[in-house]
Amino acid sequence: MAAYLIRRLLVSALILLGVSFITFVLLYVLPADPVRQIAGRSATAETVENIRRELGLDRPFLIQYGRYLAGLVQGDLGRSYLQKTEVAELIASRLPATLLLMLGAIAAELALGLTLGIVAALKRGTMLDQTLMMTSFVTVSAPQFVVGLLLLYVFAVKLGWFPIGGYGSFAHLVLPALTLGILGSGWYSRMMRSSMIEVLRADYVRTARAKGLGRARVVLGHALPNAILPIIAMIGIDIGIFMGGIVVVESVFGWPGIGQLAWQAIQRVDIPIIMGVTLVSAFAIVLGNLLADLVAPLIDPRIKLK
Amino acid sequence: MTVADASFTPPSPLRRLMRRKLALLGLALIALVVAGAVLAPWIAPYAPDEQLFDGLTLEGAPLPPDARFIFGTDLLGRDLFTRILYGAQTSLVIGVVANGLALIIGTLVGITAGYFRGWIGAVLMRFTDLMMAFPALLLAICLAAIFQPSLWIVAMVIALVNWVQAARVIYTETSSLATRDFIAAERTLGAGTGRILFRHILPHLVPTIIVWGTLGISTTVLLEATLSFLGVGVQPPTPSWGNIIFENQTWFQTAPWLVFIPGAAIILLALAFNLVGDALRDVLDPTQRGRD
Repeated sequence: MAAYLIRRLLVSALILLGVSFITFVLLYVLPADPVRQIAGRSATAETVENIRRELGLDRPFLIQYGRYLAGLVQGDLGRSYLQKTEVAELIASRLPATLLLMLGAIAAELALGLTLGIVAALKRGTMLDQTLMMTSFVTVSAPQFVVGLLLLYVFAVKLGWFPIGGYGSFAHLVLPALTLGILGSGWYSRMMRSSMIEVLRADYVRTARAKGLGRARVVLGHALPNAILPIIAMIGIDIGIFMGGIVVVESVFGWPGIGQLAWQAIQRVDIPIIMGVTLVSAFAIVLGNLLADLVAPLIDPRIKLK
Repeated sequence: MTVADASFTPPSPLRRLMRRKLALLGLALIALVVAGAVLAPWIAPYAPDEQLFDGLTLEGAPLPPDARFIFGTDLLGRDLFTRILYGAQTSLVIGVVANGLALIIGTLVGITAGYFRGWIGAVLMRFTDLMMAFPALLLAICLAAIFQPSLWIVAMVIALVNWVQAARVIYTETSSLATRDFIAAERTLGAGTGRILFRHILPHLVPTIIVWGTLGISTTVLLEATLSFLGVGVQPPTPSWGNIIFENQTWFQTAPWLVFIPGAAIILLALAFNLVGDALRDVLDPTQRGRD
């Protein structure tokens, strides 16, 4: 276990190093010149050169990258070109909003996905089952910005139940969390359905029924806990999908998280912020996958770590 | 006896695909979009960039759908139906080109890593793991911002981001095929590596490639739409369903058709490829047979 953990942590560190290198290369070859952006249009050639030297952008690629890594191991993500603040601070101030959104999304996708999956499994082969499975296909085929705008139009513009955007209360969270979670709910309902069908066929469920337990007791007390566990273990993997979605969802709803931070930084060529958000996202994805792998054998002893 | 014998021949995969209602629905939708895209120059009532002098209200607002403009007009007074038809071309070209490229990269990486164990396989698969940890959409946005986005660049960017899933699946299949007896037999008979890979392993991968190729088009269509919606995908005036929404989203409260008609088009096309891909998986994968 300890050896496995150490190896996984080492591999994770290497993956993050690789991500940082590739992002750095990509941003280094970016044709848009950040110095021009900072200096403004009317700046003289001399000012431009001064800024370039100040930021260390006149140095060769490997030296720039080395400096960045040296800062990174000390938790320093560099300074924003335009906002003159520490990137780590900027990200830290935006992170709570994004984490809240993700928690909301996880709650939404589980509540929707698991319920629909269980209902479909119990009503297997009926019209209802087919309708639910068709719905799950639609939700995994819908781009998040369309879902977001649709929810906004119906529940905020037309019905006025929720605010049109922004951040601050539970009401603000509902629509963006639903938008982010609805995609996952499609996958969860399909997985939950097949997991539930599998479990309902198992011997111990038949035994429970033979003992004369009521249908509700059998489903809720015996089948459900066993069907649900392997699916809960997959939440870690969702983080990767969420990390892609937050840029879109946060921009549609004006949610002040790291997705919006990244999106604004990309438009202004604020490279240290893009680097920072990419690394934080990659870190979250690696961590999520690691957690999913570590939790799986705890839930199902038949799965061995290797 | 002959009747009984005939019932024993398993129906062809195509036959079994045709028996599935959802697959048929998917195929019909795809046919509809393809027809719209190919016939656009003939069936579109206007030119895609034509700003109609009567395409806006006197106050300069877009027109809602009516008998003349069945999908309404956009902020510049252009016919939305026409732009949706031409947008179908964009979606399909990117879907086929980007996904084809991703599939080629994924197959090459997966088959190489799966067949050559040792350091080549290890390096390739670690690189695949690294790509999996990359926030795909951020990567795509960065790439699209680096290159001046055009239709072909967007297709390339999507391919660079999307090959990873296919590579992993092909890798797993190849590495299990590579240990099978018939491959060992071929090797003993003196078959070269290229011959084994392309004559003996690749044919076994065809069902997987077909399934992933179909499901991948759906992912590609969604990614293109998202990039274009963020303004870093296909650039206006070339219509794409994503950039139609990008151009008009500020008006979505008063002119919802400008957002939800192209939105519905994206969902229907992605749905169609998902339905067909899912049915193909059931039909082509023997381990799934008999399950629902």
